[in-house]
Amino acid sequence: MIRFLDVHKSYRVDGREIPALQPFNLDIRDGEVFGIIGHSGAGKSTLIRLINLLERPSGGRILIGDTDMTALPEPALRAQRRRIGMIFQHFNLLSSQTVADNVAFPLRLAGERDAAKIRARVDELLARVGLTEHAGKYPSQLSGGQKQRVGIARALANRPEILLCDEATSALDPQTTASVLDLLAAINRELKLTIVLITHEMDVVRRICDRVAVLDAGRIVESGTVADVFLHPQHATTRRFVDEALPEEAATAQAPNMTGRVLRLTFRGAATLQPVLSRVMREHGVDFNLLAGRIDRIKELPYGQLTLALEGANTDAALAALRAAGIEIEEMGA
Amino acid sequence: MTASPLQSLFPNIDDWGELGHACIDTLLMLGGSLALTVLIGLPLGVLLYLTGKGQLRAMPKFYGIVSLLVNVLRSVPFIILMIVLMPVTYALVGTKLGVRGAIPPLVIGAAPFFARLVETALREVQQGVIEAAQAMGASTWQVVRHVLLPEARGGLAAGITVTAIALVGYTAMGGAIGSGGLGDLAYRYGYLSYKSDYMLVTVVLLVVLVQLLQMMGDRIVARYKRH
Repeated sequence: MIRFLDVHKSYRVDGREIPALQPFNLDIRDGEVFGIIGHSGAGKSTLIRLINLLERPSGGRILIGDTDMTALPEPALRAQRRRIGMIFQHFNLLSSQTVADNVAFPLRLAGERDAAKIRARVDELLARVGLTEHAGKYPSQLSGGQKQRVGIARALANRPEILLCDEATSALDPQTTASVLDLLAAINRELKLTIVLITHEMDVVRRICDRVAVLDAGRIVESGTVADVFLHPQHATTRRFVDEALPEEAATAQAPNMTGRVLRLTFRGAATLQPVLSRVMREHGVDFNLLAGRIDRIKELPYGQLTLALEGANTDAALAALRAAGIEIEEMGA
Repeated sequence: MTASPLQSLFPNIDDWGELGHACIDTLLMLGGSLALTVLIGLPLGVLLYLTGKGQLRAMPKFYGIVSLLVNVLRSVPFIILMIVLMPVTYALVGTKLGVRGAIPPLVIGAAPFFARLVETALREVQQGVIEAAQAMGASTWQVVRHVLLPEARGGLAAGITVTAIALVGYTAMGGAIGSGGLGDLAYRYGYLSYKSDYMLVTVVLLVVLVQLLQMMGDRIVARYKRH
């Protein structure tokens, strides 16, 4: 568990304190993929760097398991950092070293001298990220996606319990992003390590995160499971992120010259796959007009979200029946 | 005795052995002072880099003092520096003359210059790579040894080349106050005795030396820059 207790951070610029993060509490559970989403300047890079103390908090405590990171002296902090892998938007590989030497670097830093052991571990890691045949190349000879895979292999070298991802896919094209996210999800599943990632793309959160915190101007304005936050955004910033991910829907749902009650229905999990809607509407004699909708997945959870306009005498009974079937309903206002 | 072609071309040069000796002296002064300059200037440059604003071991006051000292040494013309340093030179190596006497002022003149080049080369290293090493638990020393110096090696090689060429110029100046070498020959025979063929030969030799150094340096830099 990573636990932030009353943590805040401000920077001193020209003698003035500029707040970067307002005091907050946050728990990140072992083995989950936790996303922190925010626009640039919201404080997310600062937040992720507090975990391995690349940034020191101005106040509060940061606990990893039972260890208070903020209380550690330099050498103990360095030892702790070896248990936390990190990957970066711009990869940050050593340009003067080969792929294999980049992956071996954290092993050597940790004091491993046995060349055979290093080679065995490097081979294993490169196989894991699918770069075995590139071991002798230099970073400048690789594509962006390949560089990030080297970054991932390097971050995993010392068998960390936590992996921090600093905008890890922001410099990659959509297809490469998808494959890197798949790799991260597989690593999370198979190695049971905790992943904390920061991003400005809701799509990244939707694909691999279990829980998410939304950061706006140094404040956590919303947090919870990705399904809750994504399907029922409360804060304006969160809604903007969701709308960015689903642009057409936002447009249609906002301009209905419709009669009747406009509602948004959310189906999660098994409910998505059953013909609940048509059955209930038929039974209650209610007509509906479909304004917008999508069926998709949040990580492994299938969901559907439909915006409807309902007409008929029996709408209240129909809605009650839908609620009873586990469908979430929000009144949008006509 | 018939005149050899060399003699007819350079009538004033009667002792080619002396010229050869001067060449060796120049090379000794260059090699010795370059090695010591790198030995002193490299750590000094790393220190300047690390203590600079926003760096790993930022110490603004300390940086200010070292920086000022470096600037003072760099702004004194070398010929003046040599004369001012004579007592120091004598205390260090027991003579003010010859190759031995030339090396202390050469090093004291060139090390601050090289340190600045080292500082500049290190600043070219991406901050992100340093941050990545820190995130992996690297100590400051490990960052210097395994990240900064290897990543900056192209810039460092270029810095050593520039410094070596500056040192060739300094050794020639040293000739004026008795340090020997090609500069001494050019000064004594070429300038004081109007034997312009001496001047020509030493200048050509110095040009060849500088060309060789530059070519070697460029080749090393190109090899490092490939990746």
